Amino acid sequence: MTTRTTPHPTAPLLSVDDLVVQYHRPGAPPTRAVAGGSLQVRAGEVVGLVGESGCGKSTLARAVCGLVPPAEGRIVYDGTPVRPLRVRRREPALTGIQMVFQDPYGSLNPRRRVGAQIADGIRTVAGRGEAPSDATPADLLTRVGLSEDAAEGYPQEFSGGQRQRIAIARALAARPRLLVGDEPISALDASAQLQVATLMRSLAVESGAGLLFISHDLSVVRLIADRIAVMYLGRIVETGPTAEVWADPRHPYTRALLAAVPKPDGAGVLPAELPGDVPDPADPPSGCRFHPRCPKVFDGCDREEPQLIAGGVACRLYAA
Amino acid sequence: MKRSLEGAAKESPEGVVKRGLLRWLPPAWRRPLAVTGGLVAVFWLVIVVAAPLLAPHDPLAQNLPRLASPGAGHWFGTDELGRDVLSRVLYGARVSIPLALLLVAMSLLVGGVLGACAGFFGRWVDETVMRIADLVFAFPTVILAMVVAAALGASLQNAVLAVLVVSWPSYARVTRGLVMGLRNREFVLSGRLLGFSAWRSLRVDILPNVLGPLLVLATLDIGTATLLLSGLSFLGLGAKPPTAEWGAMVADGTQQFDKWWIGVFPGLAILTVVLAFNFLGDTLRDALDPGTARTIGAEKERVA
Repeated sequence: MTTRTTPHPTAPLLSVDDLVVQYHRPGAPPTRAVAGGSLQVRAGEVVGLVGESGCGKSTLARAVCGLVPPAEGRIVYDGTPVRPLRVRRREPALTGIQMVFQDPYGSLNPRRRVGAQIADGIRTVAGRGEAPSDATPADLLTRVGLSEDAAEGYPQEFSGGQRQRIAIARALAARPRLLVGDEPISALDASAQLQVATLMRSLAVESGAGLLFISHDLSVVRLIADRIAVMYLGRIVETGPTAEVWADPRHPYTRALLAAVPKPDGAGVLPAELPGDVPDPADPPSGCRFHPRCPKVFDGCDREEPQLIAGGVACRLYAA
Repeated sequence: MKRSLEGAAKESPEGVVKRGLLRWLPPAWRRPLAVTGGLVAVFWLVIVVAAPLLAPHDPLAQNLPRLASPGAGHWFGTDELGRDVLSRVLYGARVSIPLALLLVAMSLLVGGVLGACAGFFGRWVDETVMRIADLVFAFPTVILAMVVAAALGASLQNAVLAVLVVSWPSYARVTRGLVMGLRNREFVLSGRLLGFSAWRSLRVDILPNVLGPLLVLATLDIGTATLLLSGLSFLGLGAKPPTAEWGAMVADGTQQFDKWWIGVFPGLAILTVVLAFNFLGDTLRDALDPGTARTIGAEKERVA
């Protein structure tokens, strides 16, 4: 599967350790959107990051790209610490991380031709000091399933799904070794969602890149991810190979999420709903962050904060 | 656009043909105010170019009967020095309109660059630029322009500088707001992730997207600039006496109140120029405002 050779074959391509990201609001305590999240992505691996809206998935993705500065913790990409992007140019080494954004209507410049925007990505490869590829915008557009003459068009001439393909083509033009998709399918029609998701997976895996795919759509993540990480209120609560997590979810939150996925088995069982709302990340519950909504809460959950154990779950039910 | 407007002007006697030509205009430009604004602006631009050919007399020559009322030979009358008012109004266009255009271009450049830097870089750049802008905003425009013009000495060049000092902050403010809104848009961030420098990001991703609203502001401002420049000349802080300048001519008119033609014609010239560019600016805004359904229709027509 992996065609590229990394300096340390066992070392993860991307390693996020105890990441904390805070948003500051005047006159209020800072909101901890990510409160100690840890995550690894290996080359050629597809990691699906799932969770409810507002749990910090997008913030984590933005921090990985350097778009928001971390308050604590480390993000290391291929041996290089990721420094937040400010006024200066992005470090060439870090252009190996590319992102596909959620909103296909906002992620392309409305005043430039599609071809020119993809050509920017091709130029990035040369800027990194690698041998320039002979790929043209037209080639890249064909790879994402669009016609070659789409390069001459402006973004507003395309549908949401087509624009997302163009955004993927632009990200791929930079020959990323880590592709981050920040809910890239949630703004698309149901018919385009799976197409775009599988396209991202196949293109990333073909080029040997890692893919961090963020979504709240578990049924899609199940189909494309090798590994799943479940996030709740700024923390990763469970992680493991997709098949294992799907067949045997351990954290009560993961179970609740999976129970909420409709099953097309004809049995007519309605998906179970998780009671309550996500608490305010500015004022998280004490102890385990899930305990106010947890069906299996027991004595001590409101005091002790469980850590992610080696088995890949952060819950006191499975204390080592 | 200019071509089709001139076309409409030529064919205006035949109403049917005119309506046919109007259909070629984008919908926002079909309304009476838009057509009027365009025609009057074109009319004045033609005068700017052709004043020496159109003027019946030398605007500075004092060889006509003094204070003659409008009539054959001097349609707009003559002033107290025996100069032809019509020729002076026509030549006045060559002073006021190019200066107003230059002034707006300079304000756009100065205010745009400062505002874009403030919006894009934020922090101390933003604080510095916007506090200076606030300082200018805190004074009444005309009074501050008068102070600057008086401090620099009365001349047209200094009047332009004075108006520039008071007019750049509105461009800076608008540009800053637009740039701040765009700075965190995803397509700008995508560019930065591809390794764009701040400069390239500004030039390629941000500038083309703020140009439309800024052009509207500039067009609306041509009228204001004309008014301010004439106002300074009226107060004796702009054009020096022999120069045919509308504001100075209105000031002369106030000395001879019963000789209405001395002040009324240059006053009308100021009025029509200001109105024409305001109509044009309004139309441009309607044409570029993405919120209106009418414009979306125009977009489709252009693509098709």
